[in-house]
Amino acid sequence: MKSLLLLSGLGLSAMLAELFNLKKFLFPLVCLGLLATIGVSIYDYNTDIHLFNNMLRLDNSALMFTGSMAFITLLWLIGAQDYIEKETSISDKYALILFTLVGAFVMVSYNNLTMLFIGLEILSMSLYVLAGSKKNDLLSNEAAIKYFLMGSFATGFLLFGIALIYGVTGSFHIDVIGEYCRANANNMPNMFLAAILLILVGMAFKASAAPFHFWAPDVYTGAPTLVTTYMVTVVKTAAVVSFMRLFYTSFGSVPYSWQVIVSIIAVLTMFIGNVTAVYQPKVKRLLAYSSVAHAGYLLVGLVALSNLSNGAIFYYTLAYSVASILAFHILFVLADSKNNDIDINAFNGLVKRNPLMAFGMTVAMFSLAGIPPIAGFFGKYYIFSAAIEAGRYKLVLLAVIASLISIYFYFKIVIAVYFKTTNEKTIKLSNSYKLLYAICIAILFAMAIAPQFFITIQQ
Amino acid sequence: MEQHTLAQTLYGIPLNAYIIVSAVLFSIGVMGVLYRRNLIIIFMCIELMLNAVNLLLAAFGAYRGDSNGQVFVFFIMAVAAAEVAVGLAILMMIYRNTKSSDIDTLTRLKW
Repeated sequence: MKSLLLLSGLGLSAMLAELFNLKKFLFPLVCLGLLATIGVSIYDYNTDIHLFNNMLRLDNSALMFTGSMAFITLLWLIGAQDYIEKETSISDKYALILFTLVGAFVMVSYNNLTMLFIGLEILSMSLYVLAGSKKNDLLSNEAAIKYFLMGSFATGFLLFGIALIYGVTGSFHIDVIGEYCRANANNMPNMFLAAILLILVGMAFKASAAPFHFWAPDVYTGAPTLVTTYMVTVVKTAAVVSFMRLFYTSFGSVPYSWQVIVSIIAVLTMFIGNVTAVYQPKVKRLLAYSSVAHAGYLLVGLVALSNLSNGAIFYYTLAYSVASILAFHILFVLADSKNNDIDINAFNGLVKRNPLMAFGMTVAMFSLAGIPPIAGFFGKYYIFSAAIEAGRYKLVLLAVIASLISIYFYFKIVIAVYFKTTNEKTIKLSNSYKLLYAICIAILFAMAIAPQFFITIQQ
Repeated sequence: MEQHTLAQTLYGIPLNAYIIVSAVLFSIGVMGVLYRRNLIIIFMCIELMLNAVNLLLAAFGAYRGDSNGQVFVFFIMAVAAAEVAVGLAILMMIYRNTKSSDIDTLTRLKW
């Protein structure tokens, strides 16, 4: 409740700041508000709060995901401050970002399908605007319209599924639906199975899982780089977690069928994402495809569906988000004003131009690829071991093969950074970027030291 | 009196009829989104999908004697209105830049 009020209030005051000419206080205010949200999430830990007639339930999972998403937004803001304040309508952008966070908060803590729908729409609608925030850039326009059309199309499927579930069970509460499933596990009506399928389609669209991923690379490439960063971190986390919450509480006892479908989706997503990324010459698009593949790894955790896999998904999303923030912000600085797309060649000899950026990019790539001493490895390790515990050996085998493929293109960038030469001059970083890179690198190593802490914290 | 009979007639329609009608409406919407090339018509098809859902929810709510379904319909209508506002704004932005509302003009992003 407190974080909901805090975030919405912050969003509204960001819009009012335009009127009262307080724009220069906005950045510290928003940062303080986000810190307060993280604080509240930690303070409320282990209290199981039910809000609005049990429409929202703030259990540990919801609180920790809220905290981690607020933290990721904070990191994002440190790097994005220059970008936001350089252009017009500063307060709108702050407000839109905060409203997406409100939507994400509702999506990770809903207990009723009405709230899932509302949270999803709050999140998506602010993002449609953000994706098109470069009004005169045709690529940004195209990204916005594609995202809008695909987003509302997916919402239609999700809603039809919800309506059918309501028809069968007579309730929107996910607990009640879960009870219905346990009571009728052996003779599910066909309508209910169709509903699960429709909801799967809607959610797969939102989480950019194959075969519904085709909008993702286009939108991620066309949108302004920093908005893309936000989409592949916070938004993807929220989508996968809402997916997990619904399936964990409601459909866990529906026998078998949906798990096979999710497994197929996961395998397709991992392979399509990683194999297509191999052929991408442009770094932004490469990272976009890699983020599609990471949705696949998260779905492997979803198939396992146990307490361990929930913890593993928490750890994985945090590690993946921090590494993505690091990689995209380095890309943003390197690409400078050229919004769209620099080649991998632009990374040539980065270690001579700026060692901190080079080291940051290496750590980010190692983490995304899952090379041992860094957080990304443990994320994959826990997700895969949860899946093995659930007896999904073939799925894990395919996932390991997919992540071996991914090492190839992550290493292409690392090789360019260290072993190729260039004549470009050195890059000077502002202090906020140095701070951001240092924090991200530190977190990625710190998470690798104490993975068990993060796994158990959200149960 | 007349309204009473109308309500009775409506209750006489079996639930399956409502489910079939809304499934057909929904499919028309989906097909429209997939096949039409004009952005405004695509918007209208998405609205059609949402309205099929509304009909289904209202019918289920009425047959179960439960108001939850009908309240959900209000949420969908409110959100759909907001969504159209955002969508038309994006469409206007594109129209200013390309002087067209055909999605075939938007093919710069391709893999």
